[in-house]
Amino acid sequence: MTQWQGQLIKIDDYRWKIPESYKTGMRVAGLIYASKKMLESIREEQTPEQVANVAFLPGIIGYSMAMPDIHWGYGFPIGGVAAMDIKDGVVSPGGVGYDINCGVRLLRTSLTEAEVRPRISQLINTLFRDIPSGLGSEGKIKISQKEMDQLMVEGARWAVKRGLGLEEDLDVTEEGGCLTDADPSKISDRAVKRGMPQAGTLGSGNHFLEIQVVKEIFDLHTASIMGITDVGQILVLIHTGSRGFGHQICTDHLRIMEQAVSKYGIKLPDRQLACAPIESKEGQDYLAAMACAANYAWANRQCIAHWVRESFSKIFGRSPEQLGMAQVYDVAHNIAKIEDHTIDGRKVKVCVHRKGATRAFPAGHKDTPKRYHEIGQPVLVPGDMGRCSFVAVGTEKAMKESFGSTCHGAGRVLSRGAAKRSIRGADVIRELENRGITVKAEDVSALAEEAPQAYKNVTEVIDVVHQAGISRKVAMAVPMGVIKG
Amino acid sequence: MRKTFEIMDHTADVGIIAYGMNIEELFSNAALALFSLITELESIQEKLHLNVKVGSDERDSLLVEWLNELIYFFDAKHVLFNRFDIESLTENELKATCYGEDFDPLKHRIKRGIKAATYHMLRLDKNNDGFKAQVILDI
Repeated sequence: MTQWQGQLIKIDDYRWKIPESYKTGMRVAGLIYASKKMLESIREEQTPEQVANVAFLPGIIGYSMAMPDIHWGYGFPIGGVAAMDIKDGVVSPGGVGYDINCGVRLLRTSLTEAEVRPRISQLINTLFRDIPSGLGSEGKIKISQKEMDQLMVEGARWAVKRGLGLEEDLDVTEEGGCLTDADPSKISDRAVKRGMPQAGTLGSGNHFLEIQVVKEIFDLHTASIMGITDVGQILVLIHTGSRGFGHQICTDHLRIMEQAVSKYGIKLPDRQLACAPIESKEGQDYLAAMACAANYAWANRQCIAHWVRESFSKIFGRSPEQLGMAQVYDVAHNIAKIEDHTIDGRKVKVCVHRKGATRAFPAGHKDTPKRYHEIGQPVLVPGDMGRCSFVAVGTEKAMKESFGSTCHGAGRVLSRGAAKRSIRGADVIRELENRGITVKAEDVSALAEEAPQAYKNVTEVIDVVHQAGISRKVAMAVPMGVIKG
Repeated sequence: MRKTFEIMDHTADVGIIAYGMNIEELFSNAALALFSLITELESIQEKLHLNVKVGSDERDSLLVEWLNELIYFFDAKHVLFNRFDIESLTENELKATCYGEDFDPLKHRIKRGIKAATYHMLRLDKNNDGFKAQVILDI
């Protein structure tokens, strides 16, 4: 592929602007957070074109933004952030993605590397057995249609009410693990049929469960408020979303939006950006359905977190409380949210699309959990399975500049096909074993697609958002055991 | 031999390019490409058949709908297909009979899950050799 030839104007070392004049039809300029070094691959992948395309959407305010983990998506780039005025703006299912409320949840423990390493194989095997993963995996929980309706409305609380987790988990989950405007009557029978058997499963693709060791703490005060106090401490990271349920909802509503585009006379440079005015029936129906999928994903991560605690308890012969297994936080990274922001001193209600981007609210914000009021909302940034992951916090600057948003992960550099051609799954396992990382996967050959080499280095990604000031890094952890679906 | 389909790289996902002498063959080959990504086509036996009907506004979105229909049968009902008899195909409606069997974990190795067919970079063209289409799949 040839390099993207458009203009990227340097604002500073970490901000690059695509001028509105790049393409007729752009309503705002584009803004990419990246280091100079990263620009090369960003240009090669043509992703700035997608940032420019998003700028066409009606009602977009500020910039069409992309985080440093940007990579080519459909319609919207992955790593994209776009906020639309709710009065005259649109909502686009493509700006959320197929895996609605794909996200990450972090648990801490009071265990140390020395205690866990000798039993890592046993622990990983137990987790692999106890948590349904992989394609076509069905949950340990069997739910009726009526329960499914409750799950869609209640989100993580649905699981807590069934004894899967603690009330306090909800306090440290984005939105308390529930979007309130969910309406199950907006969900197709097909979505329900795909969703019911998959509730409480990790899934396949890039989803994973990781046992991690804290390697470095950059800000001890902030970290200790999250319960991360020592190098060598064990953490557990869960990455999954709304499974086939969210995919079917996205598919269903894209079809509706396709028609809405012509109905409302919206001009788009890419069909996958299909959208409808936020206040239209199509827009409201999508948001109500999206909320059901977001709630499903929170319930999903809630169930899995509970089984993780049970598995640890089995192996270490102590209760989850005795093992200090509290939840640090849970964030969504594929979602659209109605939020209040201040633009040029004026308060506006906007619909913030975060597609492969994380909310990063500052200290003192009303939606930052009480426990974290002083430090800001925790931001969880997983890397690939061979390198490391970061914990950061949101900042005032993110609020002012990026609609309270930051990066979500590493971002791919190699296509799945290219990864598979150059890397063998069995080699990935051996290489990781040599580095002290135990991997268990449903399908070994598919592991190659998720090999560390297929991803950007997450350290470079986090450094950009940290230097740009839209989040502040707090701690870094490395994997010790990984389960891939 | 005539080309039936090819698999195409896409950073986070995967695409298919399907060929057909006529439009029916194109739709059938696109469906074969889809199931070849999920499992080995040779491992699927014809033990059951299902009638499928999909509709759409245009022919290219009809192709997306068709593939999404098959994805639904696999993801929700765990059925694998390897033969498609396209009975009628107009600009906005398709009727087909699909042949295959229920997924059996002991017999079928699942290579990857396909979760949706997208409109992104969607193409359906007619040329001198027949038809050619491109669809990106979300996995």
